[in-house]
Amino acid sequence: MLKLSGVSKTFNPGTVNEKKALTDVDLRLERGDFITIVGSNGAGKSTLFNAISGVFFADAGSIVLDGEDITFQPEYRRSREIGRLFQDPMKGTAPHMTIEENLALAYLRAVKHQRAFFSRVNKEDKAFFREQLSLLGMGLEDRMRQPVGLLSGGQRQALTLLMATMVPPKLLLLDEHTAALDPGTAEKVLALTKDIVARQNITCLMVTHNMKNALELGNRTLMMDAGRIVLDIGGEERKGLTVEDLLSRFRAGAGKDLDNDRILLS
Amino acid sequence: MLTIVQTALEAGVIYALVALALFLSYTILDIADLTTDGAFTLGCAVSATVCLTGHPVLALPMAMLAGAAAGFVTAFLQTKLGVPSILAGIITNFGLYSVNLTVMGSANVNLYKSDTIFSLVKETGFAGSWHKLLVASVVVLAVCVLLVLFLGTRLGLSIRATGDNTDMVRASSINPVFTITVGLCLANAMTALSGALIAQYQKSADMNLGTGMVVLGLASLIIGQSVISRGKSGILRGVVAVVVGSLIYRAIYAVALKFNVTTYLKLITAVIVALAIAAPALKDYFLLQRRKRAALSERRRGAC
Repeated sequence: MLKLSGVSKTFNPGTVNEKKALTDVDLRLERGDFITIVGSNGAGKSTLFNAISGVFFADAGSIVLDGEDITFQPEYRRSREIGRLFQDPMKGTAPHMTIEENLALAYLRAVKHQRAFFSRVNKEDKAFFREQLSLLGMGLEDRMRQPVGLLSGGQRQALTLLMATMVPPKLLLLDEHTAALDPGTAEKVLALTKDIVARQNITCLMVTHNMKNALELGNRTLMMDAGRIVLDIGGEERKGLTVEDLLSRFRAGAGKDLDNDRILLS
Repeated sequence: MLTIVQTALEAGVIYALVALALFLSYTILDIADLTTDGAFTLGCAVSATVCLTGHPVLALPMAMLAGAAAGFVTAFLQTKLGVPSILAGIITNFGLYSVNLTVMGSANVNLYKSDTIFSLVKETGFAGSWHKLLVASVVVLAVCVLLVLFLGTRLGLSIRATGDNTDMVRASSINPVFTITVGLCLANAMTALSGALIAQYQKSADMNLGTGMVVLGLASLIIGQSVISRGKSGILRGVVAVVVGSLIYRAIYAVALKFNVTTYLKLITAVIVALAIAAPALKDYFLLQRRKRAALSERRRGAC
């Protein structure tokens, strides 16, 4: 589904601030893979996501999504097929537009006929939005005409999740999307994520600093350090793995202890 | 008295288009588009020139096209060439002076012998002395309806999102270069349409008609929003507020004219606009001062 070959990225090359953020990263995802990523501070987790979604172009290597080479596609083009959620719940929705308008924007993204620019949502679409919102279990279906700015962080993140997946993307990138929420809400949004990704069989990459989530969710776990993928565990090997196992495997792979000041071990 | 009211209404309706343009560029896209003054004069110039050839109706779409072209230049400068948005508008506006002069051929043109859309309707005898208001209202109403409908389409929603949350826009397959360009083209087309109507309305066009138009438009916008919107969003409400704001501004203008104090009108307008835009900062400042005073007096009481 997604194939990264030899992807590298260096920031501020040739200056004292030079930083090799990604070094020769190879990664292959199969359709329906749900991969969790953990890593130390500055390991390149977000840089990896930014390279895949086109925030910047990779210095070297190629990125192929579902058979299409997207290495040099601009960010907005890639966003048609790649859904993204950020840590900051404010980043994914337009605060002065209503819930309905935000959903309409996400929904109309998929319209591909000739007059696509002037397409609008109709009554059936709105009924569909209402139904989808009710699945979130947050009562948002009765607040469709309210501006999104009035929602809480958790509600906004759930809405962003819905917007990113309502028209199933080929790839979903979740960059610590529950880290800024309180524990209860985080759990709820995570449960929704699990549910939606499974229901729509979306290929998904998720960065998390919660080691337990990293092992419980999905079918494969990557660990990153200093711009490289140092550990890639899936299949039978991953079953029954504990957080302690994972940490010792990391030590063996990276040659040092996992150093992340936000990591949650339990 | 009736004439004064009538004139104020007519001007209010026609200038509402400038305020609508700023509603799109300033309120929705969050860009202070200083192309406005030049685009307004450009609309006047094109409209007057086309009228002279005997096509007053054709003059309106032609003026809008010219305005859109001006908007395109500003958008291109800021999205593709990295010119800061305010400067992009100033540069285009500056260059437009020569363009406008070339279009008109002289610093002013009069249309006393030409047909205008207003004179065409007058000849039919329909609506009597209200014919000018009727024509202007029909045009502006059509623009309002189209604008509201447009802002509900995928492209319209994308433009709104561009001004509302850039992070979101980049992550949701919207190309901000495209949406900003379309937005500025549309806004300047509306400004130019306003200029086109004014030229035909007063049967003359001159180089200075557009001067200060951006501030007048902002004043109408702000007055309308404070009277009708009061912080609430919603596109229909916003559009209605803008038109009402323009009517109120022209009513104030008429009163100023009546009492012969037009000398101060620009200063008063400038102060209104500055205060309105500064309102949130001023509010914060005064709230902080009040808290400080309260805290200090409490501490003093504690010391005694």
